[in-house]
Amino acid sequence: MAEAAFLEGNYCQAFPFFGAERRGAPVVAFTRIDKRPIRTHEQVYRPNYVVVLDQTLVESVDVAAGLSPGGIVILNSKKAPENLKGKKIAIVDATKIAIETLGVPITNTTMLGALAKATGVVSLESIAKVIEKRFGKLAEKNINAAKRAFEETVIS
Amino acid sequence: MMRIIDGNEAVALAAKLARVKVISAYPITPQTTVVEKLAEYISNGELDAEFIKVESEHSAMSACIGAAATGVRAFTATSSQGLLLMSEMLYVASGLRLPIVMTNANRSVSAPLSIWCDQQDSMTVRDSGWIQLYCENNQEILDTTIQAFRIAEELLLPVMVCYDGYILSHTLEPVDCPEQSEVDAFLPEYHYPYALDPEKPVTMGPVGVPEYYMEFRYLLQKAVQESKAKIVEIDHEFKKRFGRGYGILEEYRSDDAEVVILTMGSLSSSCKEIVDSLRQRGEKVGLVKLKSFRPFPTEEIIEALGRAKAVAVVEKDISLGHAGGLFIDTAAAFVNTREAPLMINFICGLAGRDVTSALLEQAVRETQRAAETGRVEKKIRWLGLQEKLVEE
Repeated sequence: MAEAAFLEGNYCQAFPFFGAERRGAPVVAFTRIDKRPIRTHEQVYRPNYVVVLDQTLVESVDVAAGLSPGGIVILNSKKAPENLKGKKIAIVDATKIAIETLGVPITNTTMLGALAKATGVVSLESIAKVIEKRFGKLAEKNINAAKRAFEETVIS
Repeated sequence: MMRIIDGNEAVALAAKLARVKVISAYPITPQTTVVEKLAEYISNGELDAEFIKVESEHSAMSACIGAAATGVRAFTATSSQGLLLMSEMLYVASGLRLPIVMTNANRSVSAPLSIWCDQQDSMTVRDSGWIQLYCENNQEILDTTIQAFRIAEELLLPVMVCYDGYILSHTLEPVDCPEQSEVDAFLPEYHYPYALDPEKPVTMGPVGVPEYYMEFRYLLQKAVQESKAKIVEIDHEFKKRFGRGYGILEEYRSDDAEVVILTMGSLSSSCKEIVDSLRQRGEKVGLVKLKSFRPFPTEEIIEALGRAKAVAVVEKDISLGHAGGLFIDTAAAFVNTREAPLMINFICGLAGRDVTSALLEQAVRETQRAAETGRVEKKIRWLGLQEKLVEE
């Protein structure tokens, strides 16, 4: 996401909170995008957008905490969960897309498509360019997953 | 060319651009991807270097010492426990005057076990005779690591480049990456004047008997103290070639400031934001970012902070039983001067505790209060401490 924004002439910063990622544990990562250089290193407390890769997190974590007015929660889910009522949400079944397109339930690149669709902050083309660069021979499948998510994301 | 890379890749790229000949390192979080990237450069032919695998950081530094003694450019990278484990060999490297460059992704030390960022690790080895340079962002990491080889080799002193673990090591941001030819022009091939050579045998590291040991230490102290001029000179040349320079410290809007924050590393960037926002409200607040902690630039610190009414020394370390290391040294710098500013030591961000803008503003407010009243109520303050958890 950060790199795609950079391609479009923005400054960017992206960082994980839990550096020791391990499979299955909830982790948080942040991205800032700005027209001017980004200096602060504090975590993001008032996000414009929150991307949730796993719908079960919605039950255990207040994913919309600090969400700025007009902000959007972009969620990998089959349907809108009850406890996000009143929030603007964008929904896509990224797990299904990832399994069908990539063969594995890893939704990171898929959700980039949903993020592009819901926010318009970066174009799908820029996302595809970055995936191309980062994923080598696996790029095509991942770009297809992002494209499908872009098409299938429903914003409510 | 501008690229989006994290701090660890900035380190690896700098080592590659410096054409290091021997790398010996042991992986440790959050430094690990430095080592991985360097191994990748070597395996795909981008870097012609010997990678010596070792079973510990103590051995990594030992291997670097051996390599450097044969006259090649040697490099290692570590963090936290790794740095502490190699501490014995750090003193050997500086005592033998070997120009080894090491990067340290700053991380807290055990116990309790933590992989997150603070600056306790490098602060703990500040007396080892290594030059210590702290970086604010990934660009500065890349630039400083390249400069470090020049500094080390021209002075025959080891240099440690410190940067905040995760906050920089794992943060992606735009970095202007120089071309190999540009770096080659700045950093010539290395020739160590006293390289081990079977044709011309020499003894390295003999016993320092009481008749001579003190003189060795005196000369080492002199070399580290006087390295300041060379660090500045090399930085100037770097700036001429690459358009970026950092100085031994940076004064940010501190000229007429009544209250000045003093800090090192990535906190500097967050502090610049706070300074700008308070300046917009007409408050006379500034920042001094210290880049070179060893040598400690006493005269420059006095010059930069001496005009302030009060100084907030904000740091991520503590010399247990006393105060933060930066605070202790800054206070010592003002000894025997007539007018010292009031100083408050803010200990914060230990083990990755987020240092928010609200916390930094709180530090400024307390320091402003000291400036107004002329009194410091509490010399050492723990910013963001959960008071409830530590009550008796």
